Amino acid sequence: MDFKAVDLVIDKHQEKRTALITILHEIQDKYNHLPEEALRKVASRLRMDLNDLYGVATFYKSFSLTAKGKHSVTLCLGTACHVRGGPRILKEVKKFLNIEPGQTTGDKRFSLNVVNCLGVCAIGPVMLVDGKFYGEMNPVKAKRIIEKLNKKRSGVRS
Amino acid sequence: MRKIKSVSDLEKWREAILGKEKGFEFTISVCGGTGCQAYGCQKVKAAFQKELKREGMKERVALKITGCPGFCERGPLVTIFPQNIFYQRVKAEDVPLIISETIQNGKVVEHLLFEDPMDHHKITFSQDIPFYRAQMRRLLSHNDLVNPTRIEDYLAVGGYRSLAKAFFQMRPIEVIEEIKASGLRGRGGAGYPTAKKWESCRKAPGETKYVICNCDEGDPGAFMDRSLLEGNPHSILEGMLIGAYAIGANQGFIYVRQEYPLAHKNAGIAIKQARKAGLLGKNILGSGFDFDVEMAKGGGAFVCGESTALIASIEGKVGEPRGKQIHTVTEGLWGKPTNLNNVETWANVPLIITEGSKWFSSIGTDKSKGTKIFSLVGKVKNTGLVEVPMGITLKEIIFHIGGGQQDGKQIKAVQTGGPSGGCIPASLFDLPVDFDSLTQVGSMMGSGGMIVMDEGTCMVDVAKYFIHFLQEESCGKCLPCREGLKRMGEILDRITEGKGSEESLSLLEELAEVVADTSLCGLGKTAPNPVLSALRYFRPEFEAHILQKRCPAAVCTPLIQYSISDLSCTGCGACKKVCPMRAIEGEKKQNHRILLELCSKCGSCKDVCKSDAVMVQ
Repeated sequence: MDFKAVDLVIDKHQEKRTALITILHEIQDKYNHLPEEALRKVASRLRMDLNDLYGVATFYKSFSLTAKGKHSVTLCLGTACHVRGGPRILKEVKKFLNIEPGQTTGDKRFSLNVVNCLGVCAIGPVMLVDGKFYGEMNPVKAKRIIEKLNKKRSGVRS
Repeated sequence: MRKIKSVSDLEKWREAILGKEKGFEFTISVCGGTGCQAYGCQKVKAAFQKELKREGMKERVALKITGCPGFCERGPLVTIFPQNIFYQRVKAEDVPLIISETIQNGKVVEHLLFEDPMDHHKITFSQDIPFYRAQMRRLLSHNDLVNPTRIEDYLAVGGYRSLAKAFFQMRPIEVIEEIKASGLRGRGGAGYPTAKKWESCRKAPGETKYVICNCDEGDPGAFMDRSLLEGNPHSILEGMLIGAYAIGANQGFIYVRQEYPLAHKNAGIAIKQARKAGLLGKNILGSGFDFDVEMAKGGGAFVCGESTALIASIEGKVGEPRGKQIHTVTEGLWGKPTNLNNVETWANVPLIITEGSKWFSSIGTDKSKGTKIFSLVGKVKNTGLVEVPMGITLKEIIFHIGGGQQDGKQIKAVQTGGPSGGCIPASLFDLPVDFDSLTQVGSMMGSGGMIVMDEGTCMVDVAKYFIHFLQEESCGKCLPCREGLKRMGEILDRITEGKGSEESLSLLEELAEVVADTSLCGLGKTAPNPVLSALRYFRPEFEAHILQKRCPAAVCTPLIQYSISDLSCTGCGACKKVCPMRAIEGEKKQNHRILLELCSKCGSCKDVCKSDAVMVQ
């Protein structure tokens, strides 16, 4: 892996400790997760203890130390989505992808996440797939959306 | 873009913008909020662009992608000005008809109008729709007029006029006095008087001071701040500028949670435009006052909505709160005096400066002034953002604005205040909504989430949900919160699995008391509220789970069973097709039945059944 981009991100933020969260976000956007090598680089250039940096990187839920799948499936489990049946969707999606939230499928196709609220409560339950919001979900609809993504690869028309 | 160096520059620019706008006969506003985006408003926008170009009407008709008008459930929303015709659930296919009928022939397109659920008549104008009629839209009034990515749109509705007034007609101390006289209290949840905070920060020793806008709206079920920052970011900047002037701060931060990409983007654009126009930077409007704002992004931690944790997060540290013996107004960001307010609080500031404290304090109750935005969601017919005067009753919000129950199930409670609040039973819906009344009944105003619950919502499950939520979000710094919530969660898990005992409830109450009394920050102190309020008003539901091993709302999976009614089943086979466990048998056009030993209780059969034949008890 090429880590030149890490230097560029740190340069952009002038090695500022206060920009750490933003720096980590930008590195994650680039590499899909926070590779160890990148974290070592950040620690040395920001003159931080690597332990402290790992503390930050593991405290915030948005960061992942392992590579994510090609598609990201995020289910909202905020209160509004919860009372409208969010947990039932999660249960079925978990079973369907055969992974727990925070994990990635063996073929690196899908990562599953849950969040506490996406702030789109009025149309809940909400699912966010690759940055696109889907409202008024139920287990059947959710599975169809994921299935469609899966079929795209093999070229089967749905 | 112009560089503004004085108030007269600002007014000249405004005149030029208004002059240009006069050339348009119509304005079509398409909501570009996150909710409408989920419903495909981008396609509607593209269709309008194409159609206006095709008809050669770009000179006569302005097209705006605006912030959220609030009625998210009916999206994508389109409003036609100047008439204020309100179209809902608009699809790209409808666009040519809107252009040919409404714009060219002055007629309304009937099928896109909102239909009154009571008498089924069509309503043309937004102000006549029950959802909007009882609202008092002050903060949200510009959301459907302003394209958040254009500073010109904000100027056209009078933007940055308050700033000029504050800078040149008021001394900083007078600004604080005005806010004090208005009675504005912080909209983030606790309701602390805004002017008092500003005053303490102003008086705190030190040259360098900071102001922060808290948009880490973590309460699940609340999205007022997202819509404000996403839909009208310049109004927040203007509020911060006035606050910074009053306090004597030269640097501000807007902290946006990572889950709000559009709010982050729009606020960032607004900052860049304001800098370019000279409304941020050195010697703003020639006043000699310098101020700039930077963006900061969260990392998905709920606790970072707490002021000291948020500050730690901006400093690039783990978001752990600290003790409250040192106030952030004297020692906050990097140890400097820091004033932190919520998005909605900042949004109120320009309004108070323009309209005056008398106007502001004439709205609301004795101790809670002004309007408040709530996100009305959950099991209610009309969901979305509602702005109402303080003191309005819950009944008015839920039944008049919200339209009451959603699908035949009676409403039994409303949850306010997020994980720090509680559930208020329907018997108390005559309660006026203000900071103090909600606290009295064991909940709190919080930031403004209102999640309506009906007979299909299990209160034990909701209590369990909040405890697990908070357990996960607890930063782990202090033991009562870290361990206490875990044990409370375990007790609730057992109850919902039908394994609770009679002592469970007293143990739960005892633990709740300890957690509330001995935790360091607000997260732990208020964490037991959802459980305590549920026990206070819905104890029989807990007892049904424990004594009869029954979930009255039919939610807790281990205690429920699915079955198919022979009377209603049409034998269409839809349930059989979706059942992931192959637990449904039956021939086409014959009654189907569920094999209980195979059923995983996922409920997919119920979701797809068109004849309501799947029952759960």
